[in-house]
Amino acid sequence: MTRLTDLGVTDLRDGIAKGDFSAREVAENFINATNEAEKLNAFITLTPDHALKQAEEADKARASGQLKALSGVPLGIKDLFCTNGYRTTAASKIIGNFVPPYESTITEKLFAAGAGMIGKLNLDQFAMGSSNETSAFGNVISPWRQKNDDAALTPGGSSGGSAAAVAAKIIPAATGTDTGGSIRQPASFTGITGLKPTYGRCSRFGVIAFASSLDQAGPMARSVKDCAALLEVMAGFDPKDSTSADVMVPNWEKLLSSDIRGKKIGIPKEYRVDGMAPEIESLWQRGIQMMKEAGAEIVDVTLPHTRHALAAYYIIAPAEASSNLARYDGVRYGERQTPEGSNLADMYSATRAAGFGDEVKRRIMIGTYVLSAGFYDAYYIKAQKIRALIARDFEAAFDKCDLLLTPATPTAAFALGQKQDDPIAMYLNDVFTVPASLAGLPAMTVPVGLNDQGLPLGLQLIGKPLDEQSVLNAGLALEERAGFTSQPEKWW
Amino acid sequence: MLALLWKSVPDLPASRKNGGKMEKYILEGATGSWEIVVGLEVHAQVISKSKLFSGAATAFGAEPNSQVSLIDAAMPGMLPVVNRECIRQAVRTGIAIGAVINRVSKFDRKNYFYADLPQGYQISQLYHPIVGEGSLLIDVDGEEREIGIERIHVEQDAGKLMHDQHPTKSYIDLNRAGIALMEIVSKPDIRSPAEAGAYLRKLRAILRYVGSCDGNMEEGSMRADVNVSVRKAGEPFGTRCEIKNVNSVRFVQAAIEYEARRQIEVIEDGGKIIQETRLFDHDKGETRSLRSKEDAHDYRYFPDPDLLPLELPESFIDECRESLPELPDAKRQRYITHLNLTPYTASVITADHETAAWFEAMLEYFKEPDAKIATAAANWLTSELFGALKKLGRDITDSPVSPKQGAELIALVADGTLSGSLAKQVFEIMLETGQNPADIAEERGLKQTSDTGAIEEVINKILADNQDKVEQYRSGKDKLFGFFVGQTMRAMAGKANPAVVNELLKKLLAA
Repeated sequence: MTRLTDLGVTDLRDGIAKGDFSAREVAENFINATNEAEKLNAFITLTPDHALKQAEEADKARASGQLKALSGVPLGIKDLFCTNGYRTTAASKIIGNFVPPYESTITEKLFAAGAGMIGKLNLDQFAMGSSNETSAFGNVISPWRQKNDDAALTPGGSSGGSAAAVAAKIIPAATGTDTGGSIRQPASFTGITGLKPTYGRCSRFGVIAFASSLDQAGPMARSVKDCAALLEVMAGFDPKDSTSADVMVPNWEKLLSSDIRGKKIGIPKEYRVDGMAPEIESLWQRGIQMMKEAGAEIVDVTLPHTRHALAAYYIIAPAEASSNLARYDGVRYGERQTPEGSNLADMYSATRAAGFGDEVKRRIMIGTYVLSAGFYDAYYIKAQKIRALIARDFEAAFDKCDLLLTPATPTAAFALGQKQDDPIAMYLNDVFTVPASLAGLPAMTVPVGLNDQGLPLGLQLIGKPLDEQSVLNAGLALEERAGFTSQPEKWW
Repeated sequence: MLALLWKSVPDLPASRKNGGKMEKYILEGATGSWEIVVGLEVHAQVISKSKLFSGAATAFGAEPNSQVSLIDAAMPGMLPVVNRECIRQAVRTGIAIGAVINRVSKFDRKNYFYADLPQGYQISQLYHPIVGEGSLLIDVDGEEREIGIERIHVEQDAGKLMHDQHPTKSYIDLNRAGIALMEIVSKPDIRSPAEAGAYLRKLRAILRYVGSCDGNMEEGSMRADVNVSVRKAGEPFGTRCEIKNVNSVRFVQAAIEYEARRQIEVIEDGGKIIQETRLFDHDKGETRSLRSKEDAHDYRYFPDPDLLPLELPESFIDECRESLPELPDAKRQRYITHLNLTPYTASVITADHETAAWFEAMLEYFKEPDAKIATAAANWLTSELFGALKKLGRDITDSPVSPKQGAELIALVADGTLSGSLAKQVFEIMLETGQNPADIAEERGLKQTSDTGAIEEVINKILADNQDKVEQYRSGKDKLFGFFVGQTMRAMAGKANPAVVNELLKKLLAA
């Protein structure tokens, strides 16, 4: 018998609509599942009251025939989205007890569409990290384990809680945010589907900022179809976000089709990087084969500036972060440290020293440095130039193809602690995801197979600006052919 | 005739020297003559109902922290959205100073920590300001000079710290945080305290005409950072010091003078001027070092990633241009050429848009105000009304007499109902009672009489009573004419039309 927790967003939605089960049953099942999964540490705050209240509304709506797009679907919300009346921490100590009196646009839209919130998901502190090891609320543990090995693995980051919870089927889907790969890399590590839409598709209003010019919210779900359904609700112009795109939101789910015959799929040669695991290379080849089988044409393309992307990203993102995080100063809200006899500057130092974790401090320092007088031109301006060149590379490539197919990550999930002391090794995780972020392009990772140790591996599809539909369609084609149904064995 | 009723103000102040050539402002030091070089950065608070990037209100004097949005308080996840009205005001101001309007401008973040700055950065425009080069004309002692304006950019104001509310704590009022400011940066074209004063007054006048800033320096809605350096004639610019946040025209002038003398003294004593930020202590009349360039903040400016470049369509700029009123220079020229006002009177009236508006409101009550009426109205306004307002401690916006009443008074003089002296009496009563001048003249019998029969009767009696003087006059003692005028006016309690009296006296004395 299928358990309710085995169902994803669209199946739950449709089942509630048909009356196969009530929204309340759905909510209760997932709440129980989350309660049993404490060992994953996927949540920072549980909010069953919200999920149950929304479920009640959904059941009423069904009775009166007024179901909405996501009525009765309980979600996990990355704890970077401000939720009115519910603690929002960014996995930090500095706002560890912050309860916003306002709602982010994304959660507002999701809740207005009938979705409930099961809890606020753990993440890397201020979304800075690729392994979910920088959270002030502890590591998230991946539900996946290597064959014959009980070592705790990373779910990836920064949306590690989102990825782990969806993969463990304790929630049907989650919101994530992606600055340099924070949706795609953890989705890939945990065998789920994650979509970072075009920059500007989803409002950033109420999403705690990491790097404003890169941050973009997106869905993390069990299937391509579920991602499409969620994104339809999440996306849309928001006058409260000046960088939000004033364009129509297509009916992605309705228009979803795995028929990609005649589509040109570009294979960028620069994504074959040194040190890439052979299993990733062979996965990529399998993906290319699947695309061919689906009737797509494979073309070789070049993205010559790819090798500079990571360096540019690790200048631009920290630069913006160093400024965005200046507001956490102990003056108006959050943590405040006032050592004996301290003046204002002492209070700032003590508060920020105590309130921020090491990785956040590292990035604030890098960002402050690259913006400093005398270094600005050499670092920040140069990084912006590289960013423009990378965007131009993609534009040129898209003259020859409709989509790009690349690996999502250079390796499968690694053990927690393995790269913690080597920030460069950690940053290299983002090598395949960062270029699309810098160019603001829609990109999605889809699980394609398992490696020899039994860990999931994903591939990435990158599309033209605002062409999420092609990304979703090719993603569906990949999903159908890969037939990825593996699940982590329950140990928690 | 009308022009003589009120003593007209002189064309130029008496201080004008050197046959019209402005005297160069020179400071004498021990080693010779020094010239000063001044540039002003004026922060002008933009008139707009809401703040630059939030919907919070901007009214002055509200309860602390009652006009603060989540954006102003820099709550997590909040984003700025530019307020079109603030941009419109900056563009209108730019057009008013004849400046280049940049079709694309960008916002930058100026990063520093301070308790009155919730975001930890100020959103400003360093690299690509909204308004480029322009200029304005100043008038010092009758000499016109053009002062270049480098740029105008828009930026957020900070909040206000209050240190006097608690013995050990400071309080913060964020009402002002996020209010739009225009920073109007002059070129280093100013060469004397008087020019600095004239520049500030002219800029304030333009801002007030445009309606983009109320120019109120006491409330802090206009403040100036003053850059001062000194040099020997013909030498390149010296090292400058910046005097921050000076809040009156008088203080700006005093600060420049003090600072210039201080710098000369330092240099002449063999020292060097270090580039630094200074404060003006107006109680002591001196400037004090605040921080040197070495301790200066590194503001780490970079483009604000929350805001897209600001692109202005031509239609928006046209709309801004069309919304501008007639500006002081154009108005002054029109008054001189079309209304025949003296340049000085025209300057006085156009110096402030409210005075000009009052003047024009007065003229509206005349069908076709000719140069005579305009001159009479202008002279009455700048001498009688200004004098009365000064005594009452009021300004023209709360004048007890309305433009309509002023016009009526001028009309009564013009049509001979009132003489000059009667008009003065009527005006006194208007100020006290607020009554209309015609009613006052009627009720109190202050009307001038031009009744030739009545006047002739009085004259005949005076001539009869003063036979001896009549004889003397007729035998050539012309000066006695004044005596007869005086006698007649006195006999008629000052109400006789002086023109009629003159005419009749001449006729009857000649008989």
